[in-house]
Amino acid sequence: MLKISKLTAVLACVLAGTAAVAGQVEVLHYWTSGGEAKSVAELKKMMEAKGHVWKDFAVAGGGGDNAATVLKSRVVSGNPPAAAQIKGPAIQEWASEGVLANLDSVGKAEKWDSLLPKVVADVLKYKGSYVAVPVNVHRVNWLWGSAAALKKAGVASMPKTWDEFFVAADKIKKAGLIAVAHSGQNIWDFTTFESVVLGVGGARFYDDALVKLDQKALTSETMKKSLETFRRIKAYVDPAAPGRDWNLSTALVIQDKAAFQFMGDWAKGEFVAAGKVPGKDFLCAAAPGSANAYTFNVDSFAMFKLKDAGAQKAQGDLAATIMGTEFQQVFNLNKGSIPVRLNMSMDKFDDCAKLSSKDFVETAKVGGLVPSVAHGMAIKPAAEGAIKDAVSQFWSDDKISVADGMKNIAKAAATK
Amino acid sequence: MSRSLESLVPKLVVAPAFVLGFAFIYGLMVWNGVLSVTASRMLPNYEEFVGLEQYQKLFGMDRWWVALKNLGIFSALYVGGALVLGLILAIFLDQKVRAEGVLRTIYLYPMALSFIVTGTAWKWILNPSMGIEKLMHDLGWTGFQFDWLVQSDTAIYCVVIAGIWQSAGFAMALFLAGLRGIDDSIIKAAQMDGASLPRIYWRIILPILRPVMFSTILVLSHLSIKSFDLVMALTAGGPGYATDVPATFMFVMSFTRGQIGLGAASATMMLATVAAIVVPYLYSELRAKPHDR
Repeated sequence: MLKISKLTAVLACVLAGTAAVAGQVEVLHYWTSGGEAKSVAELKKMMEAKGHVWKDFAVAGGGGDNAATVLKSRVVSGNPPAAAQIKGPAIQEWASEGVLANLDSVGKAEKWDSLLPKVVADVLKYKGSYVAVPVNVHRVNWLWGSAAALKKAGVASMPKTWDEFFVAADKIKKAGLIAVAHSGQNIWDFTTFESVVLGVGGARFYDDALVKLDQKALTSETMKKSLETFRRIKAYVDPAAPGRDWNLSTALVIQDKAAFQFMGDWAKGEFVAAGKVPGKDFLCAAAPGSANAYTFNVDSFAMFKLKDAGAQKAQGDLAATIMGTEFQQVFNLNKGSIPVRLNMSMDKFDDCAKLSSKDFVETAKVGGLVPSVAHGMAIKPAAEGAIKDAVSQFWSDDKISVADGMKNIAKAAATK
Repeated sequence: MSRSLESLVPKLVVAPAFVLGFAFIYGLMVWNGVLSVTASRMLPNYEEFVGLEQYQKLFGMDRWWVALKNLGIFSALYVGGALVLGLILAIFLDQKVRAEGVLRTIYLYPMALSFIVTGTAWKWILNPSMGIEKLMHDLGWTGFQFDWLVQSDTAIYCVVIAGIWQSAGFAMALFLAGLRGIDDSIIKAAQMDGASLPRIYWRIILPILRPVMFSTILVLSHLSIKSFDLVMALTAGGPGYATDVPATFMFVMSFTRGQIGLGAASATMMLATVAAIVVPYLYSELRAKPHDR
């Protein structure tokens, strides 16, 4: 059944793709929700101002999984779009298939090397050449708090260490509120887990254990402590968490029914959309113990090799526009993230974004800037999926001991 | 001339369906089999032959074993439960009750829903903070606990409950049709011989219903093996991967984890499972039939 639908998708795309026009730029993306769609419309306007034809190719749903499936069939049929929203190591996988275009000429002209931190640039390069262009930076290691809920429970400020966090959580539980609004899906289990690892072990340890997948780090005392801390959090989660979507958990914090949520800064979009003011109604802070580290999630567009000269020109212009200051500002104001371009004016952004931007620049200098594993920025999909499974299994089944959980994670990390 | 045309026309009419069926059923099966012995990752890759490595990897995965175990639990309980419940409902409805038409429609209605709707509705019903448990708490029974859906060792039984709810009415309709087809005189004769009602059902009616039972089991068991939408809507395989079944496993591996080879291997195993169950059963039932008559 699935195969048949895939095949029809291929056929449909082949038929649709025959009507290519010079100077046309077709962009595959999965930004279809309110703020995101608005941001894409801005990009479209800028490209049209340069005289190109924008062909929108939005595939909603599945956090990009659906888009990836459509993209595969388009590329296999030899008719790729000009650009597609691809991020992290998936960029390398596509590049190794030999289908991505080299963007070095645009990159050099626009001086991308001096505008991007090296860890971020490395994600976008294949064998030293740019093949993708970054759009934004999300910080993942945030802790969001409801000011009203914290006040009701008598918690004075956002916790800076895990000890403070558990003291606060106890108070909140006693006050009859949900301490941690968690979403029990494997991506969010891992989002919380990586913030714990970062807070307990620091950026260097995080990098060894979760990015380099070093077996020694994965079976170390620090890992054991991380898993213990991770499991302790579960006692403060409400029973309805399994399977709940992340925005519904954010809604609990917005309604002051829950006090904390571990979530990336896309959560801010939900708060702001509900009319809440950062710093007053809701609070943002780095997850406990991780103030001097930063897990980044960078959305990017990979550019595909095209035959048509007009389309190639439009593609180059698209890359330059995306990295331009104007788009970076407009887009990120809408999306809740921050510009990936260093040294940009942050005047129009809110306090949480300013903090994020400041930490982004500072951690990049001292090596505290690390890619988020939960959001597909660090390791190949096969290993990522396997470790996420192991971590989720550990989280949802209390009968798995810390030692066994650690063994399972280390085993999963060896998946090729 | 006209004779040969006459004999040709049926073949010509059937030919397109045959070709399409052959290409899209057996052709894709073979394609899948080929993929499962390659090193395909994100895209199909026919150059790199790896033999049975993908199968080795598959059976080394804890998650695959969980999926197989869940399939066993789900199939046995779902088919058995829907069968028993459907039979009981059919027998009761067959007692010439009042408003039978209305009752029949009510029991049959769940079948009209898609598994996605069933899954979503039961997700809400079984969710401890908005479903049955909350209702009981609101009614004052605060000690009531029913959180199977969020516990990893019981969540699969929630899938079974939702599945049975959906399919019991269907089994009932088939059994009811079978019961209606039984000649009254046989039952009257048995009554004349002094047989009790339970005995009549057990020794006479159930054996007569055997062909109906056969088709019901066949339909339900293939539904259970390819169960995908129900699990996706109800639990999405969670908590963790506690309610993963082979179909969801295959989907995740092939389409989100970029391991097409491994996904193809799991699909081949599913095909083998279906064949292993259905083929012998079909064979024995279809062969036994003429002797019964």
